[in-house]
Amino acid sequence: MIEVRDLHKAFGAVRAVNGVNFTARDGEITGLLGPNGAGKTTTLRMLYTLMRPDAGQVLVDGMDAYQDALAVRRRLGVLPDARGLYKRLTAAENIDYFGRLHGMSSDLLARRREVLIDALEMRDIADRRTEGFSQGQRVKTAIARALIHDPRNVLLDEPTNGLDVMATRAMRRFMRQLRDEGRCVLFSSHIMQEVAALCDRIVVIAQGRVVADETPAALLAQTGQATLEDAFVTIIGTDEGLAA
Amino acid sequence: MSAFSAVYWKEVRENLRDRRTLVSALVTGPLLGPIIFIMLMNVMTNRELAKVDRNIDVPVIGAELAPNLMAALKGAGIDADAGMPDPENAVREQRADVVVRIAPDYAKAWNKGQSVQVELIYDSSRRDASTPVARVRSVVESYGRREGAMRLIARGLSPTTAWPVQVADRDQATSQSRSALMFSFLPYFFTLTVFLGGMYLAIDLTAGERERQSLEPLFVNPVARWKILAGKLAAICTFSLVSLFLTIAAFMTAPWFIPTEKLGIALDLGLRFGAQVALLMLPLILLLAALQSLVSALAKSYREAQTYLSILMMIPIVPSVLLSVVPVRAEPWMYAVPLLGQNLGIVQLLRGDGVPAWQIGTCLAGGFAAALLATLGAAMLYRSERLAISA
Repeated sequence: MIEVRDLHKAFGAVRAVNGVNFTARDGEITGLLGPNGAGKTTTLRMLYTLMRPDAGQVLVDGMDAYQDALAVRRRLGVLPDARGLYKRLTAAENIDYFGRLHGMSSDLLARRREVLIDALEMRDIADRRTEGFSQGQRVKTAIARALIHDPRNVLLDEPTNGLDVMATRAMRRFMRQLRDEGRCVLFSSHIMQEVAALCDRIVVIAQGRVVADETPAALLAQTGQATLEDAFVTIIGTDEGLAA
Repeated sequence: MSAFSAVYWKEVRENLRDRRTLVSALVTGPLLGPIIFIMLMNVMTNRELAKVDRNIDVPVIGAELAPNLMAALKGAGIDADAGMPDPENAVREQRADVVVRIAPDYAKAWNKGQSVQVELIYDSSRRDASTPVARVRSVVESYGRREGAMRLIARGLSPTTAWPVQVADRDQATSQSRSALMFSFLPYFFTLTVFLGGMYLAIDLTAGERERQSLEPLFVNPVARWKILAGKLAAICTFSLVSLFLTIAAFMTAPWFIPTEKLGIALDLGLRFGAQVALLMLPLILLLAALQSLVSALAKSYREAQTYLSILMMIPIVPSVLLSVVPVRAEPWMYAVPLLGQNLGIVQLLRGDGVPAWQIGTCLAGGFAAALLATLGAAMLYRSERLAISA
């Protein structure tokens, strides 16, 4: 479970995140929806301890992300906005590197890697060097290495960005599987369709603030709109920076 | 497996697969110095030897006035050439190394027993002309002394009356120390090799990783950043250490390719020399690795890091140039200055003087202290929030 309390972060005069509150529960997919530049990536970076909030608190399974950064990172699987791979290593070697950084034994590491390779349907690329991988193959490898340590909480920053239709469907299937395993899945997106199709709970961010935090049904009821798309536009006030 | 060794082995393995890094660390870096050195030495030796042994032609103005002097020159392998109208210009335009001009009243003055003038026209700023000039000068002077002695004997005087003081040279230079004079730029090659051996790694592991956007995912792992830095530094040090060993091994073969016996110098680059050089260079390996990482962490991109590092590469030249232009007496504190200490120590080894333990100790202490500072600086940069954010 991830709890975010009154998070603030400014870069110079720009207030990127300006009082964000929400909770992402175990066994649910929580979507962070917002137009480009709304502060989604900055919020996630504070969640996975890369940036220090100016004010506010992040709790992961009840642990403070700043008092206990290393313990929190052990409980998080993160697909950051930057998903660079080591191009002179194979996909499997990329995955193993992160497993070793988590201090996993080689037995456990091998078992867990095979599970992920099957779950992500990447058997055919596992022993290829990642140079020249397609966007979809890169994302699969990046997700596998992020989840190698079997984390309870999964953070994905725009996971379907740049993927084709098939790869996007596979990714959504995989995210549902993670939820059904009882994990807390939090992902960000600027694509309304995607959030509508996947989420148990939707947190809408605009200009660094949470403007809605509801289940899809409650969002419809609250706005009086027939579709989620219309509901989002109503909440944010514009459809600029969003994609259907 | 600890995080440190995970980072270390991953970086070593990944970079062993990179041809550019390998070529720079194992081929160009270590071999560039020895090859330049051997070529330079051979060209220099052959030129000098050719000038000493070979007959040279020297233009002489007024040769017909002094047939005996001409015979003395010829006896020393210097052939008198036809004179030229404008010897000063000929020397300036490098058409002649040296021109001899005999005064028109030479014969008349000689017969009266007066002093006569023989002019040597040359350009002392032309180093390649110095050997012929010295040869001509020494022949003319010894001819003059011989004739002077004859005149004194003819007057019934001992020649020693005219030269009450004799200078006797007692040169304390050993054949080894003479060679050290020629090889004073050698320490620079060792430093350069260490620099080149780790350079691509240092750029790749910091600026490169950031540019390829893999630093952010790396930092999300539950590993303190200083451990990641330590693993990376160890990988850089490994590569530059291998480079250093290779270049020392290559230099040890140099005496086979240089005609040292013809130069009258001894070049002792044996195992003992190699081991001591490696020991002296140890702190520089860590210092340069940390400095390179620090500079790369400051740069925004791979190319920027490359530019900064090529400027940084100029710094190790400073002590070599300084010591060869301004020959200073080695003071004890100098051994504690990184680069300068190594330079002094290696030149001493080349001279065959040896380096006492306290000098080695000072050198290592000073070097490692500087390396520690640079490492701390790099660690500070690694902690910054900005470093991880690629975009």
